[in-house]
Amino acid sequence: MPEPILSRNFSKKNAHTLGVYIQGGGYEALKKALTEMKPEQIIQEVDKSGLKGRGGAGFPVGKKWSFIPKEAPKPKYLVINADEGEPGTYKDRPIMECDPHAVVEGAIITCFAVGIHWAGIYVRGEYVKSIERLEGAINEAYAKGYLGKNILETGFDLDMVVHRGAGAYICGEETGLLESFEGKKGQPRMKPPFPAIVGLFQGPTVINNVESIAAIPHIVKNGGEWFNGLGAPGIGGGVKLFPVSGHVKKPGVYELPMGTPLREIIYKHAGGIRGDKKLKAVIPGGASAPVLKPEEIDVPMEYANLAKIGSMMGSGAVIVMDEDTDLVKTLRVLMCFYAHESCGKCTPCREGTGWMAKIIKRIEKGEGESADLDTIVSIANGIRGRTLCPLGDAAVGPALSFVTKFRQEFEDYIKVGAG
Amino acid sequence: MAVAFSEKTKERFKAILAKYPEKGAALLPAMWLAQKEFSVITPEVEEYVAKLLGVPLVRVHEVLTFYTMYAAKPLGKYHLQLCTNISCTLLGAEDILEHLKDKLQIGAGETTPDKKFTLSTVECLGYCGTAPVLQVNDDFHENLTTKKVDELLAKLK
Repeated sequence: MPEPILSRNFSKKNAHTLGVYIQGGGYEALKKALTEMKPEQIIQEVDKSGLKGRGGAGFPVGKKWSFIPKEAPKPKYLVINADEGEPGTYKDRPIMECDPHAVVEGAIITCFAVGIHWAGIYVRGEYVKSIERLEGAINEAYAKGYLGKNILETGFDLDMVVHRGAGAYICGEETGLLESFEGKKGQPRMKPPFPAIVGLFQGPTVINNVESIAAIPHIVKNGGEWFNGLGAPGIGGGVKLFPVSGHVKKPGVYELPMGTPLREIIYKHAGGIRGDKKLKAVIPGGASAPVLKPEEIDVPMEYANLAKIGSMMGSGAVIVMDEDTDLVKTLRVLMCFYAHESCGKCTPCREGTGWMAKIIKRIEKGEGESADLDTIVSIANGIRGRTLCPLGDAAVGPALSFVTKFRQEFEDYIKVGAG
Repeated sequence: MAVAFSEKTKERFKAILAKYPEKGAALLPAMWLAQKEFSVITPEVEEYVAKLLGVPLVRVHEVLTFYTMYAAKPLGKYHLQLCTNISCTLLGAEDILEHLKDKLQIGAGETTPDKKFTLSTVECLGYCGTAPVLQVNDDFHENLTTKKVDELLAKLK
């Protein structure tokens, strides 16, 4: 196994402190970036790295940065999305708890590359320890001269704050997050204008996920080509953290090459199914990714390959369900989640997620009607593509895939009731 | 008497305000300070926070009611928040919920008559690899079983 990169500090003692971080080579990339490289060179390296947004959308990070206008009438901002809330996803939390300086260092380099002087990290309200660790790291970085005025005597200035969310899945959506950052309810904005042009406080804004930002120091230090080469042959794009949960023997966060087959993640790294039972279903990229059947798990875990089979990479969160799993109940849990988290701004999502939740609850109780499954499909198709943000589509993914791929199980429930 | 922050909290608020390019952006942090200081965000507290930041009262009320973590009603001494999302449910969160309801003799969203416990069900808390998980105030209890729940409740005085 190659040396871990993103997870190298997950079990190292006191790695969250500046001293230990520096001992492990921390802030060398910052020095290299600020004193030996031009901003354009950094963006080029990130381009070459093949790094795609680790939050879920998978947009190339270097490209995202290059959309920011060089000259703008308003100040530019970096916002780090640490509102980790996609069910099944728990990969950003260990980065923030065990390696907060990687986030701070990556953020400083990003700001230098894009010409930004104010960065904010939006952390979900429940992640109290992450918030403490990040604030501690930021304070240490200020004291050491890595933040504040004239960083490393280069004339570059940067301030950084941690902003605590307060419980709302929708704030993981980038424009909802911006609204929340500005002290409002987190309802998404209409796009365009995109945040790269009109974002936080109306200024051009880069929004990146924690895992993306934590990869930046490594890319700067070792080069974009090196990072790209860490991905599976022919796929590239570096390494990625895969959080695995559900019915596996060894749940955990696994750092693996982009493009690692899903089967290998489940059976090799996560130890296979608990009690050596059979696999029934697996969600490959967090709750919003359409479910896969056991015959589909040879897919490489990578954006285009998963899209090709009608699912998505999302956050890379693998949720494993064994043969005894009640899929009607599981879909009910997911539909109630989306109905609860829909922000209410767009009618198709606000009403549609609620209807789907109601119907699936009825089926679970044994009161389903024969037309119910077609109604779910019809509602899902009515939501898809008709909302401002991806939450509506996110609810459609599991709804359609569960009822089409496992239709028999749902029909049995309708015919004979539960169990 | 009208509500107001203590001197110490006023200082903390000033320090937070100084970090943001725009005053209104400090609304969520101000609400956190208020919750810590007053436990409950009452209508009087809402008015106080609105004045402090110079934002319309309705905006404070929107924020209070949009987010799930601000308390508009009093909570028990221990707020038990059980994740019932997918990974936790796959590993038995619903049994844990029934057990908690049974032990505490309250339903989800309710507080025990002695004001000691409030029980809530919540969406994914990001502890899916150590499911099921229960958040008790700021602490997380992972890999829960009904036995562990009993031990935990006995410890919470």
